[in-house]
Amino acid sequence: MKFPLWRLAVFVAAAIWPLYWLYEAWSFALGPDPGKVLVDRLGLGTLILLLITLCMTPLQKLTGWSGWIVVRRQIGLWCFAYVMMHLCAYLFFVLGLDWSQLGVELSKRPYIIVGSLGALCLLALAVTSNRFSQRRMGASWKKLHRLVYVVVGLGLLHMLWIVRADLKEWSVYAVIGGCLLLMRIPAVMRRIPRLYKKKSVSAI
Amino acid sequence: MLIKLPKTSDCKESDVTPESIYLSRRAVLGSSLAGLAVSALPRWANANDASRYADVDPGKAPGWFADKLAQTKWQAVTVEGEAITPFKDATHYNNFYEFGTDKGDPAQNAGALKTEPWTVVVDGEVGKPGRYALEDFMKPYQLEERIYRLRCVEAWSMVIPWMGFPISALLKQVEPTSKAKFIRFETLQDPKVMPGQRSGFALIDWPYVEGLRLDEAMNPLAILAVGMYGRELPNQNGAPLRLVVPWKYGFKSVKSIVRISLVEDQPKTTWQSIAANEYGFYANVNPQVDHPRWTQARERRLPSSLFSPNVRDTQMFNGYADEVASLYTGLDLRKNY
Repeated sequence: MKFPLWRLAVFVAAAIWPLYWLYEAWSFALGPDPGKVLVDRLGLGTLILLLITLCMTPLQKLTGWSGWIVVRRQIGLWCFAYVMMHLCAYLFFVLGLDWSQLGVELSKRPYIIVGSLGALCLLALAVTSNRFSQRRMGASWKKLHRLVYVVVGLGLLHMLWIVRADLKEWSVYAVIGGCLLLMRIPAVMRRIPRLYKKKSVSAI
Repeated sequence: MLIKLPKTSDCKESDVTPESIYLSRRAVLGSSLAGLAVSALPRWANANDASRYADVDPGKAPGWFADKLAQTKWQAVTVEGEAITPFKDATHYNNFYEFGTDKGDPAQNAGALKTEPWTVVVDGEVGKPGRYALEDFMKPYQLEERIYRLRCVEAWSMVIPWMGFPISALLKQVEPTSKAKFIRFETLQDPKVMPGQRSGFALIDWPYVEGLRLDEAMNPLAILAVGMYGRELPNQNGAPLRLVVPWKYGFKSVKSIVRISLVEDQPKTTWQSIAANEYGFYANVNPQVDHPRWTQARERRLPSSLFSPNVRDTQMFNGYADEVASLYTGLDLRKNY
């Protein structure tokens, strides 16, 4: 395995936040509504991890360092883990495990529908993230995993529909997400400059 | 219903006082007696009254407030079988977008707000319009403590002991003309001390505006508050003067009021201007009419903890149906949300 320490560092960096938040909630540091804070932070964490995942390929192009690509799948899986925790926290803290209400929310609220679609897409990506699926699916694997671009859109829309009065924070994520998607246009991708010379590494 | 106006002889301390304080009532009584001994000094009496509730930061009451405290009618309205929200939560979990959109922002940023001196303008369709220094504005009124449920449109709720006076008493003073059909309230606009008003991304067109139908404002439950938890209002809770209408969602209860106008036409309120399909003029608490983006059938009573989310059913008119339902007979509450 290449870059074992680097991979471990990424693992720790991603794993530490939910644990720290749980500790904060347990020690009453999250205020009177800790459940809601957890839901919000896990949701935002999902979006941030998604954007970080999308940074890996451009970073690799920019620097030529293959370490970026090595952790791309791991960060993508963390993104999926966060969205699952986000969902569980929503079910427990916001719905109070009221399943009939879940049905109502799923059928009536556009932002819940959009969020669930995004989570389903992430599930599909997580399930097919192993080498076995990659081999078996061949060329269609790559097509399927382009879904991640759709997920960015769904995630941003989901967040936009939750905003009540101030678009500042959302705008920051939307601009970053927009730029990262823009870089996927082949003409743009080809023009990403190499900052310093190194032997080229093939990127997937 | 759960509201009652107790006789002066009624003593309901146990309904409202946190258990820890109830158990240490001798200490409280002792300090109250000590407070009585110096009640000739109003500012001292204030520190004493703040100790009615646990862990209350006594604050720095303006002179006029300290003077009013001695005549306050304590527990004029109470709620039965409900615990009062801890002071720390009621003062550190606020929606006051002038100071930022995070729940903790108001507590962090509202310290810069200067509430003394404070001027209130009364204008519009009134016989006695005027511009008052707050201490003069407050002169005619006796403070009453009103313990009310507070239900936010975001589906969380608290129980808060306000101190204020009925709007009906104000209306008696200013004498609305026959043209007055609505009452309109306006919050201070001062971007220098209100960072939320400086944000270029805010969807809100400042200043914050709210309003009531005149008969709603005349309802005895509707008050203008100047204090809570036995002390003056903390800045983040809308000092020095705010509206409290307990049967409506919290956003109706406009904070830091600088202008009160009696008007002929229904005022266009801030949240209506942002999203009329989500926030109506009435904004009555109603478990049967959902917010388009979430259910209003249930609420999270704060403080909740990690292992007991404290989700409960929302009551019609926030539990004040007996007092206010008659205001809306014949009105389609689904359309007039």
